[in-house]
Amino acid sequence: MTEKLLEVQDLKKYFPIKGGILGRQVGQVKAINGVSFYINKGETLGLVGESGCGKSTTGRSLLRLIEPTEGTITFDGKEVTSLSGREMRKMRRDMQMVFQDPFASLNPRHTVERIIEEPMIVHKMGTSAERKKRVRELLEVVGLNSYHAKRYAHQFSGGQRQRIGIARALAVKPKLIIADEPVSALDVSIQSQVLNLLEDLQNEFNLTYLFIAHDLSVVKHISDRVGVMYLGQLVELTESDKLYANPKHPYTRALLSAVPIADPEFEQERIVLRGDVPSPSNPPKGCPFHTRCPEAMDICKSVNPAFREDDEGHYVACHLYDEDK
Amino acid sequence: MPELAPEKQKLPPDHPGFEVEEKVSSPWLEAWKSFKKNKLAITGAVIVLLFILMALLADFIAPYGMNEQSLADKNLAPSSEHWFGTDDFGRDILSRVIFGARISLWVGFFAVLGSAVVGSLLGIIAGYFGRWVDTIISRIFDIMLAFPSILLAIAVVAVLGPSLRNALIAIAIINIPNFGRLVRSRVLSVKEEEYIMSAKAIGMSNGRILFSHVLPNSIAPIIVQGTLAIATAIIEAAALGFLGLGAQPPQPEWGKMLADSRQYIIQAPWTVFFPGLAIMLTVLGFNLMGDGLRDALDPRMKN
Repeated sequence: MTEKLLEVQDLKKYFPIKGGILGRQVGQVKAINGVSFYINKGETLGLVGESGCGKSTTGRSLLRLIEPTEGTITFDGKEVTSLSGREMRKMRRDMQMVFQDPFASLNPRHTVERIIEEPMIVHKMGTSAERKKRVRELLEVVGLNSYHAKRYAHQFSGGQRQRIGIARALAVKPKLIIADEPVSALDVSIQSQVLNLLEDLQNEFNLTYLFIAHDLSVVKHISDRVGVMYLGQLVELTESDKLYANPKHPYTRALLSAVPIADPEFEQERIVLRGDVPSPSNPPKGCPFHTRCPEAMDICKSVNPAFREDDEGHYVACHLYDEDK
Repeated sequence: MPELAPEKQKLPPDHPGFEVEEKVSSPWLEAWKSFKKNKLAITGAVIVLLFILMALLADFIAPYGMNEQSLADKNLAPSSEHWFGTDDFGRDILSRVIFGARISLWVGFFAVLGSAVVGSLLGIIAGYFGRWVDTIISRIFDIMLAFPSILLAIAVVAVLGPSLRNALIAIAIINIPNFGRLVRSRVLSVKEEEYIMSAKAIGMSNGRILFSHVLPNSIAPIIVQGTLAIATAIIEAAALGFLGLGAQPPQPEWGKMLADSRQYIIQAPWTVFFPGLAIMLTVLGFNLMGDGLRDALDPRMKN
């Protein structure tokens, strides 16, 4: 049961900042700065964090749509980072992606049929007739009608387009689906439909998800375990029940306190974070969060806390939980 | 209970109605619809079509041969015999204008086709691969654009020797950077679209992405630019002909006809008027059609 499908070790992605006439490198943006996690087969790992914390970059690095600077990615027993371009393209059959913007991620000049069929053509699956039949089946699976196949993407609503994007990801029968904020561009009323669809598909096809979002309630709904990212680092990762009931990292606590609760009587103490997120091109020394942390100590300013297991299955990167303390 | 909503039923894959397809409009069909509504564009298209028909059927509709001389009938005014009059060799101007359409359209079309193919290829290479490839190609375009185009064409013809074919080559060459820059910028913007990222995520190779996603999404502006460029090419061909660097006598090229008759402009104005009118009308037709196409195909105009 708890077989690891994907394991990421110390993943880093630095984007160079070029400046001057000669285009020399004058600095770098540390979009991901040492992230490690794993995903078990059949589970959903949620990845949350605010804009610019590197969660999308992490998702794209896994598929090597963005080449990671450092670190290892092991998928299904294979080391992904050392694959050649050709092998990597084959590998992508098992790892598919659902994108955030359902309007931009579908080619406006292609019919729905062509969009969903394309991954099967690329990976040389079946004959033309078999593929066309499968396209129609997939459309039904994601809750659209098979006669939609000849339409163009612009003739659908956002939620329907996202279903098309999901059908495309499913076409090649992948093992892992990386969902990069799949519902954040949708209306709230549509969000839950798409989330339920994703859950149903997971049960039906035994899928594994990496679910990236900035909305804690969305992530809670769908994830088995949740990782919280801040400024290119994972600060906390555990089962979603534990995370929501017993958050350890001060950043997680602040985030959770900001989630509105539908009870007018309930008085919640909000932890308001002061200041802005520091620039990832010049992250603070020590713990990246110490500039805004309400519980910062001296050690936080100089030493970046390690990301370790505090309780069983509950990882946190914070000096509050240092063993010698 | 009757169904309130006229929703189509979901059909199982083995159901006979499963393959039933509804008619939907493709982006091209939509473009055609909006093009049809544009009266000016249709006018342009009709003019262009008339000239094309004229060129194709020249042998049948021209009342006289294009080089049929009758020195007794020099510089005759328009009459029922010669609708557009005759020139200084007694040749029927209407017939020469009709045959001239063949030359002008031929030069315009093939010069633009050549520059569009070469320019697009260079533009795609520059845009998709970037870096030093882009730098080299773009700088060459810049240098070519820095010359006045007619001067560049004259230089090319001077090297190759004056003839209609060389004029065509010269016009093709000077138009390459226009297409190259257009396609390059288009590729640069399409390349950043999320569906290109998703194509990569599917596992598609660069070549396939280029030809099945990037190029089809760049074709509309190429068509628009192509139509407008035909108009310019026709003018350039006429200009080269006028300067004696393009078509050689006795070819009935419009620009050449202007040049040959300009000394009679006072005594026999029809000798210059009709070839000039023909140039103006074709260019106008292509420009109107090109503008209409731009309005119809521009993705920013769509909802």
